[in-house]
Amino acid sequence: MRLEKRNETSAVALVAAPFAAVAFTLLIAALLVLWAGAPVGKTYSLLLQGGFGSVFAWSETLTRATPLILTGLAATVAFKARLFNIGAEGQLYAGALAAIAVGGLHGGSGLEWSPWILFPLMLLAAALAGAALLLGPALMKQKLGVDEVVTTLLFNFIVLLFVGAMLDGPMKDPAAMGWPQSVALNGDLELGKLIEGTRVHSGLLYATALAAAMWALFRFTTLGFRIRAVGANARAAAFAGIPVTRTIVMVALLSGGLAGLAGAIEVAGRTGYVTLDMSPGYGYSGIVIAMLAGLHPVGVLLASVFVAGVLVGADSMSRAIGVPTYIADVIVATSLLSVLVATLLTQYRVRWK
Amino acid sequence: MMDLLNSIIDILGNASFWVAVLRIATPLIFGTLGVLLCERAGVLNLGIEGIMVAGAFAGWLTVYAGGSLWLGVLVAALTGAAFGLLHAWLTVGLALSQHVAGLGITMLATALSYYGYRVSFPKVNTPPTVTPFAPMDWLPIPVFDAQTPPTLLALALVPLMAWLLYRTPIGLAVRMVGENPQAAEGQGVSVAAVRTGAIVAGSALMGVAGSFLTLSAFNAFFFNMINGRGWICVALVVFAAWQPGKALVGALLFAFFDALQLRLQQSGDAVLPYQFYLMLPYVLSIVALILVARRATYPQALMKPYRKGER
Repeated sequence: MRLEKRNETSAVALVAAPFAAVAFTLLIAALLVLWAGAPVGKTYSLLLQGGFGSVFAWSETLTRATPLILTGLAATVAFKARLFNIGAEGQLYAGALAAIAVGGLHGGSGLEWSPWILFPLMLLAAALAGAALLLGPALMKQKLGVDEVVTTLLFNFIVLLFVGAMLDGPMKDPAAMGWPQSVALNGDLELGKLIEGTRVHSGLLYATALAAAMWALFRFTTLGFRIRAVGANARAAAFAGIPVTRTIVMVALLSGGLAGLAGAIEVAGRTGYVTLDMSPGYGYSGIVIAMLAGLHPVGVLLASVFVAGVLVGADSMSRAIGVPTYIADVIVATSLLSVLVATLLTQYRVRWK
Repeated sequence: MMDLLNSIIDILGNASFWVAVLRIATPLIFGTLGVLLCERAGVLNLGIEGIMVAGAFAGWLTVYAGGSLWLGVLVAALTGAAFGLLHAWLTVGLALSQHVAGLGITMLATALSYYGYRVSFPKVNTPPTVTPFAPMDWLPIPVFDAQTPPTLLALALVPLMAWLLYRTPIGLAVRMVGENPQAAEGQGVSVAAVRTGAIVAGSALMGVAGSFLTLSAFNAFFFNMINGRGWICVALVVFAAWQPGKALVGALLFAFFDALQLRLQQSGDAVLPYQFYLMLPYVLSIVALILVARRATYPQALMKPYRKGER
């Protein structure tokens, strides 16, 4: 088997690639459904209904998509510059802790500031916490050549343990009857609901706006151009006079900041406090979303809704028919691998000989 | 401060501490050797975390279903090899990003294992158990007499890996494709075949590493039981400068600190919240990476996809 570079990549193939990948994935997952002894057609239709079949299903899917958009954007910005930030999970929790530190701990007592000041301060603190967490690995990569994948992954474990210590200690909610849970966020800082009686909150609008902002960044700004240049070929970029390290630092701040915001928006929009299980791997799913989206900020919106729908749909399908919810994780992981292959096939032709 | 020093001295004087060190080191030795073999051939294998989960599950399930313990280890190795083959196809055959493909393998192997566990045991609250490897109490050597046979296997693999890499034509080929694939191809070595072989064999070792946890250290399969051990192995290989002997030293050193933090945590006069002790392994891995960063001599072709005839 040999790969031969195509002369040009057709636009149709580029758009079709993720859909083909998803179709292949559903085929593979069907085998696993059969293994569990469930009817494939019914399982998929329940999954689809659970994710997209009603206003309630949509509201749950969009609620779940909100943090995924942000972690997906975090991965997109970083991967475009070839900074492999796998630490969005930890950065999300750091952002969530920072949000509570600003808007929870003092909310009722110490800082009796107007929500108009406190709210932006909370978001800023969360973004800075996430950004600070990625800055170390990014600088270690640039200055010492330490692979950022391993360091960001290891930081995820460190941060989660730190969150545990905070929830047992200084941020513990004394009224939580021993549940590891932080004090609640000041009620004035909570995000409004978009649809009455559901959980979709205005965080979705923030996330969408940030996706548009990222698109504009890549499309219209010098920084966006530099990020793409550094990602395409860092040595050539340096040779052309682009400050590579400074660009990578900016990327780290943006990417970590976005992931940190995901944490704050989850706290302000959905949970109201920090728990150790507030993110079922949103940071890792963000990587899949970025790849499914072909590192395009608008694609991130669509991919997030797809992944969120699969996760939400699998939950409700599992309750109805008993196929384990982990089928959703299999679908997400398989679509990552198949989209990689599908995208490659848009650029290369396979020659069998 | 004196108290801490005294309790550390107490801990070190206890044979059971050294038993724990060797037990904690065993999966790390298997895993680190697996990563080392892949990386020596020029391929990063971030699938390790998930492959360890899959090895732990498949090995344990085999024994639970009535297979012998060694059959369980073999099945774990074959499971690892299967994921290795997938990784090889993605990163060697298709020359995709080694970072992303490896992460994808980790997600897939983990999800498949958890799915398989839930399909096999839909409604269990306490994990079903098997009878694990028994300690080799017939061995007349202290500390070793409390270990299980896979630990000896891990220790034996270290010189074997060194011999394979430095004293055999296969090892030479592995190192060549990891340093300069173009030159290797010029010498008539098939880069694709050697890299595929190294990834498959290395991944088999990762599978065995996982099975140690379910068949020796514990007797059941838990969610999140690998808990970053795979990533730690990736860091240890850098620390070990891609040499099997140093990998053993690194794994033992690491296990020493891990066992120490566990004991200090339990010793009652712990000054910090227990989470800070648990952080130690991860913090140490990062510190180790920083310490060796300046003089790390990576295999020259590591993480560089190789497509025949393309520059």
